[in-house]
Amino acid sequence: MKTAEVIENWVSSGSRILDLGCGDGSILEALKLNKSVDGYGIEIDKENIQACLEKGLEVIEQNIDEGLTNFQDKSFDTVLVSQTIQVLKNPKQALEEITRIGHQSIIVIPNFGHWRSRLTVFLGGKMPVTETLPDKWYETQNIHLCTVADFENLCTELDITVEEKKILNAEGKVSSISSGWSNLLSSAVIYRLSR
Amino acid sequence: MNNKDSVGIVEPSSVSFKDPLRLECGKELKGFELVYETYGKLNNENSNAVLICHALSGNHHAAGYHKDSEKRAGWWDSLIGPNKAIDTNKYFVVSPNNLGGCHGTTGPKSINPDTNKFFGPNFPVLTVRDWTNSQAMLADHLNIKAWHAVIGGSLGGMQALDWSMAYPERIKKAGVIAAAPKLSAQNIAFNEVARQAITSDPDYQEGNYLLENTSPKSGLRLARMVGHITYLSDESMKSKFGRELKEEKLGFGFDAEFQVESYLRHQGDVFSDTFDANTYLLMTKVLDYFDPADEFNGDLINAFEPILAQVLVLSFSSDWRFSPSRSKEITDALIGAKKKVSHIEIESSLGHDSFLFPEERYVEVLKAFLGSPS
Repeated sequence: MKTAEVIENWVSSGSRILDLGCGDGSILEALKLNKSVDGYGIEIDKENIQACLEKGLEVIEQNIDEGLTNFQDKSFDTVLVSQTIQVLKNPKQALEEITRIGHQSIIVIPNFGHWRSRLTVFLGGKMPVTETLPDKWYETQNIHLCTVADFENLCTELDITVEEKKILNAEGKVSSISSGWSNLLSSAVIYRLSR
Repeated sequence: MNNKDSVGIVEPSSVSFKDPLRLECGKELKGFELVYETYGKLNNENSNAVLICHALSGNHHAAGYHKDSEKRAGWWDSLIGPNKAIDTNKYFVVSPNNLGGCHGTTGPKSINPDTNKFFGPNFPVLTVRDWTNSQAMLADHLNIKAWHAVIGGSLGGMQALDWSMAYPERIKKAGVIAAAPKLSAQNIAFNEVARQAITSDPDYQEGNYLLENTSPKSGLRLARMVGHITYLSDESMKSKFGRELKEEKLGFGFDAEFQVESYLRHQGDVFSDTFDANTYLLMTKVLDYFDPADEFNGDLINAFEPILAQVLVLSFSSDWRFSPSRSKEITDALIGAKKKVSHIEIESSLGHDSFLFPEERYVEVLKAFLGSPS
């Protein structure tokens, strides 16, 4: 099972979705097609926005770092944040906003605590370049990388409940690693959160 | 004239409605004339029609040329034509002159059938909704059940928005460009200065200048000059004129010495030769009155409740007349009302007038919006 399938399973048919950092709209388009969802993508990259428009998706050109105050409390069934949280200037504030706006939130984060990342830093003395973290340190947009443990600590601090989590291996597939090993063995994690 | 990307020579059409039109002010027009142009072909399903809504001083001549000798194409020729943003190879484009106008549609310059005199200042004050209703009659006349899209900039954007509220079933897409949900006090203030310029011209004759054989040109000229400043940005004026002088040295007098002065005077001259003062007063009032939230205690979200169309809200970074934050108000209320809306801000230095120019991203966005599945 891949990320997209996990997300689809967690989204109910006909529900309202806010996709923060929706990219070219592929996930939103699939959700529209397969789950008849309604909703908007939020994006700042012009080419991605154009791709969304061409797909007939609703897309709002908005910088998440400048706030999400234009979205009302619990006005979406799901707020989806796929590979976006780590590029934000203030992930903590964003997480509070995300859980305020959505009844549930689905968050995908790359895990900086994966053993290969750790090994590269400690033995190689270099920032890791992996499947889920493909860019060199000077060109990456990931300014707030964290480990699974860090992220879950932040959730606890903000009173956010982890309803479910799926662990992705280096191939981007859901793996059956037990939760206790996720910080070391997962390259990315998908969370279903609520508050 | 460039034939390749132009709709070419166009001829206006006219339709005469005999049925009375009940206006929002409570008065009634006993029938009226509507002048319009069309570009492209209506398909067999009558499903590819796009309505163009003009702004304050616009008219039905949006694209192409009236005759070979005409130097300037229609006001939105940069966006309407074969393979352009509003592609006439794909769409049947309809562009009417609004009621109250002065280019052939019934307005203050027309004869009032009750008095057999010019309507002049007695032409009823209209609203955007009155225009929408009259355009719905035009749609009926053209056998168009639903517009593929209604698009406009500035006041025309408000018109597109009104269409989506007034006739939700008859509009698939609304292009709301460089618009606002209502005018600000500053916007109304500029309109008031323009109106005062006209009405204080001795030749205005309390609006009866046609009867008195005078012409309030200097008032209309001034009104246009004030308006024109609000259409440009500080940046575009700086790059276009700077502080450049017409002559080499300062003249220490009050003639037009700076290039920007002669530009504004020229704009005012051209405009006052072709536009009707009473129409100008009327159009500014229509703008001032536009406020769909008013009957919902100021709640725009409630006003947007009936909308079914897919809406594109588009603003320009340097527009200070209807700034991007005003467009955002429309978008946020549409989101609040759970409507289909996309929101784009185009980088442009050309101020409010940006909507008239074919900036690359603007064209691509419009194309994608019009062509996408809704």
